[in-house]
Amino acid sequence: MSTPVMDEPILELDDLVTSYRLTRGIGRSGGEVRAVAGVSLTVRAGETVGLVGESGCGKSTVARTIVGLVRPSSGRVLFEGRDLSTLPAQEMRLLRQDIQLIFQDPYASLNPRMTVAALLKEPWRIHRGLVPRERWDEEVRSLLDRVGLRAEHADRYPHQFSGGQRQRIAIARALAVRPRLIVCDESVSALDVSVRAQILNLLKDLQRDLGVAYLFISHDLGVVRHICDRVAVMYLGKIVEVGSKDSVYRHPSHPYTQALLSAAPSLDDWRDDERREIVLGGDVPSPLSPPSGCRFRTRCWQAQDRCREEEPALIERDTDHPVACHFPAPS
Amino acid sequence: MTAVRTTPGRSGGPAPVLRRLAALPLRAHLAIGTVLVFAVAGLLGPLIKPYDSARTSPPDRLLPPGARLSDGAVAWLGTDQVGQDILAEVLAGMRTSLTVALVTVLVGGSVGLFLGLVAGYFGGWADGIISRVGDIQLAFPSLLLAILLAGVLGPSMVNVIIALAVTRWVIFARVVRGSAIAVRDREFVDSARVMGASHGRILLHYILPSCLPPLLVAATVQVGLTMVAEASLSFLGLGVPSSQASWGSTIAEGRDYLASAWWIAAVPGAALALVVVSIGILGDLLRDTSDPMTEL
Amino acid sequence: MTGVLLQVDDLAVEFDTPKGPLRAVRGVSFQVGEGETLAIVGESGSGKSVTAHTLMGLVPLRARIVSGRVTIEGRDVTGLSDKEWRELRGERIAMIFQDPLSALNPSLTVGYQIAEMFRRHRRLGRKESRRLAVGLMEQVGIPDAERRLDDHPHRFSGGMRQRVMIAIALALDPRLLIADEPTTALDVTVQAQILRLLRQRQRADRLGMIIISHDLGVVARAADRVAVMYAGRIVETGTVAEVYERPAHPYTLGLMRAVPTPRDGGAPLEAIDGQPPDLLAPPDGCAFHPRCPFARDKCREVDPEQHELGPRRASACHFAEEVMTGVHTGHG
Ligand SMILES: Nc1ncnc2c1ncn2[C@@H]1O[C@H](COP(=O)(O)OP(=O)(O)O)[C@@H](O)[C@H]1O
Ligand SMILES: Nc1ncnc2c1ncn2[C@@H]1O[C@H](COP(=O)(O)OP(=O)(O)O)[C@@H](O)[C@H]1O
Ligand code: SF4
Ligand SMILES: [Mg+2]
Ligand SMILES: [Mg+2]
Repeated sequence: MSTPVMDEPILELDDLVTSYRLTRGIGRSGGEVRAVAGVSLTVRAGETVGLVGESGCGKSTVARTIVGLVRPSSGRVLFEGRDLSTLPAQEMRLLRQDIQLIFQDPYASLNPRMTVAALLKEPWRIHRGLVPRERWDEEVRSLLDRVGLRAEHADRYPHQFSGGQRQRIAIARALAVRPRLIVCDESVSALDVSVRAQILNLLKDLQRDLGVAYLFISHDLGVVRHICDRVAVMYLGKIVEVGSKDSVYRHPSHPYTQALLSAAPSLDDWRDDERREIVLGGDVPSPLSPPSGCRFRTRCWQAQDRCREEEPALIERDTDHPVACHFPAPS
Repeated sequence: MTAVRTTPGRSGGPAPVLRRLAALPLRAHLAIGTVLVFAVAGLLGPLIKPYDSARTSPPDRLLPPGARLSDGAVAWLGTDQVGQDILAEVLAGMRTSLTVALVTVLVGGSVGLFLGLVAGYFGGWADGIISRVGDIQLAFPSLLLAILLAGVLGPSMVNVIIALAVTRWVIFARVVRGSAIAVRDREFVDSARVMGASHGRILLHYILPSCLPPLLVAATVQVGLTMVAEASLSFLGLGVPSSQASWGSTIAEGRDYLASAWWIAAVPGAALALVVVSIGILGDLLRDTSDPMTEL
Repeated sequence: MTGVLLQVDDLAVEFDTPKGPLRAVRGVSFQVGEGETLAIVGESGSGKSVTAHTLMGLVPLRARIVSGRVTIEGRDVTGLSDKEWRELRGERIAMIFQDPLSALNPSLTVGYQIAEMFRRHRRLGRKESRRLAVGLMEQVGIPDAERRLDDHPHRFSGGMRQRVMIAIALALDPRLLIADEPTTALDVTVQAQILRLLRQRQRADRLGMIIISHDLGVVARAADRVAVMYAGRIVETGTVAEVYERPAHPYTLGLMRAVPTPRDGGAPLEAIDGQPPDLLAPPDGCAFHPRCPFARDKCREVDPEQHELGPRRASACHFAEEVMTGVHTGHG
């Protein structure tokens, strides 16, 4: 539910660009993929912002850039107003405590050689002084309890748990450093429906109790609608629409958002068999050679000559709901 | 520190190891037995049956296996052209061979481990330099390189070890680099980075443990091959000084008596073949049975 | 329902595992009629894929059919030889998989793999087979078919590969198509394309179709009838409308409530507690009882039979009527 302070931004992405250099054979460069091609986005303290889009559109790259696993080619990542790329290494490492990342596959993201207790204590070994050593065991127990695991789980290894339990461990581990922002990259996508609901509820409870903010990355529009306050829709490295959950889901303005919402299966789909369904043709173009003008124009049923020539900017019209389209649907 | 403290034990632990050992095929037991016998013989043999390179005993020259020596002892494996007991000589050679092989693998392995970790984990120019140097060296026959180095450095056990270690580090570096690259981008390593772990910590706690099992396999195989290389150098007179016994030099001496006293060359030759093959089998075994969890 | 294409009676499949026998499918019965799409829905490990493979005569390694009968177009296929199965597969019954890339041969062109169906089963010549392959590719919506015929699978996107798989499956006009999670690996917009294509083909040819999915939304969009699987059993069957409007098994009810919907307004989801049971040691009585909010003593002791609730509508719950009428006892 609504959280203590929900106004000042804690994370700001400012025209972020992240590229991967492709290597072809040894040493030879095969060009660059602009996986994130100019993304601006704000996450405020204690809120949940959803980032949706199809695979390959650059969601994980945004996540990896925020937590510092890859360096941006240009643009800025500001955490509480401070530019992460200009921070000295030492301060950067301290700041790492404030931003945590939870991956899609909890098994791959937990060191298989470490017990749960060791996994949870690892951050305290790294950031000495965060939790005094004599309180480690107690703290481990309280973290496990917090995420719905039992104290005796502490001595087991990740492979002895089910998928949902492993994700709980990953969450506990992220919480161990008391972060202010958690980036969840498809963190519930690999889970079965019933377990997914447990984890979604847990994430919500944690936010209510601890005031942590989430950047919640997912390709599942239903889940995003459930958990997020605001939503950004990404296509081929760019954000095409962003706004409050209600405005985006009730009045999608970008043709891509409309198609995405129409394509997402829902429990009610059996009711209207011949419902107006927008089925996009073709596939997402390669980010190696994005289309000129609007990146979506090759699949867009609204596209006109102007879309080929001029790239639409992400502009706010009358509302707090910017759309990057020359011909957005009226809201 | 109260309440529950059950340790459910991971797949592994001492009991399963024993059970796995019992389930091994016959050739494995033979190989393990052979290696153990040779190791113990190399360790204790020279104490029981000392070898003195300076001693000669003309009446006992070129006696066949089983013959009685002038001092009344039995030469179970015969004697050589100066009347030395081949058994004593082979036992002493075993010790040389083992020492050189183990120290070489230790030194070469450590250097290879370090450079392989750096190359695999950091990549970039460090990897470029280390890998190129390695490639160039591998293009050059390793024994030739060892001969060259040993020739320049002169005969001594330390120099043999240096020469051989220089030829071996590349192999270890490659194995380690491969494993390091394989885990470097794994999500659990990324998640340690996100935690703020330093490079040193990641290398030590995350990358290294995954590199050790393949390194162990490579090291085992290399122990055998280094024994061959040491014997080859000694055979050519570039190995340990003549005051120390070596299978290679014994075989070289026996070369002139192949027709009359075959046992001089045959005994150390057979010992070498047996121990190298056994170590090879052991290496294969390690590779096959290494716990899938440790390969992560 | 006109002609029954597939009839499955009391099918049980067991794996031999190092830890003992594992019953992955425990007495499954259902029917598929001509022109009808049945969805099998359930969480991972519930036995959907094992069931599907068994229907295709592809009993997994180290598994055996313990009991049951499978009848395809009136013919008992339970004891067929390998050769007989090969004749049946492709001709009468076909299957597509979740991962088309691993189901296609990477070293052969797509055209060759489609045309092979005609060459091998119909003994047609090369030219004729290729001509038919182009026609099929057009039918499944692969643009520029003539030119793409000689491309290898890796040159196709995920969605296009799945179209290729559908072309191969439909080449010989089978009567029954089994699709095991056909869109799970695809993006939402591509998933919509493939589901629409399957629906079109199914209607045009009056195919019987089994679509396997873990996604209740996909099932709602793609199927006429639904069978909900849990721990190797079908716990509820009916038309999609019947099951979605008034679920008659607590597990179905739980699944529905665990899915976020636009109407929940972000309120906490009603998750199902706990996890699916270990099939090596399934619980006594109803396999769902440890997680079930309706469970009573009877559930812990007696494994419920299928309760008929109407024509082709059943639930394997002692308290099916209660669940349907919405008398929720809550936990404990
Ligand atoms: N390490 C990498 N090297 C080269 N290209 C990459 C790498 N990681 C991702 N990409 C490319 O960047 C684009 C965006 O990928 P990603 O951020 O993973 O998207 P998403 O998470 O939305 O699926 C894709 O086209 C992908 O192929
Ligand atoms: N090769 C196998 N050996 C042992 N058990 C298996 C094997 N394949 C599947 N199983 C078991 O059978 C059950 C059903 O599997 P499956 O049909 O693949 O589930 P689903 O398709 O519903 O996800 C699972 O619990 C799984 O553990
Ligand atoms: S039989 Fe009992 S335990 Fe099983 S689903 Fe019905 S009420 Fe729940
Ligand atoms: Mg991703
Ligand atoms: Mg399956």
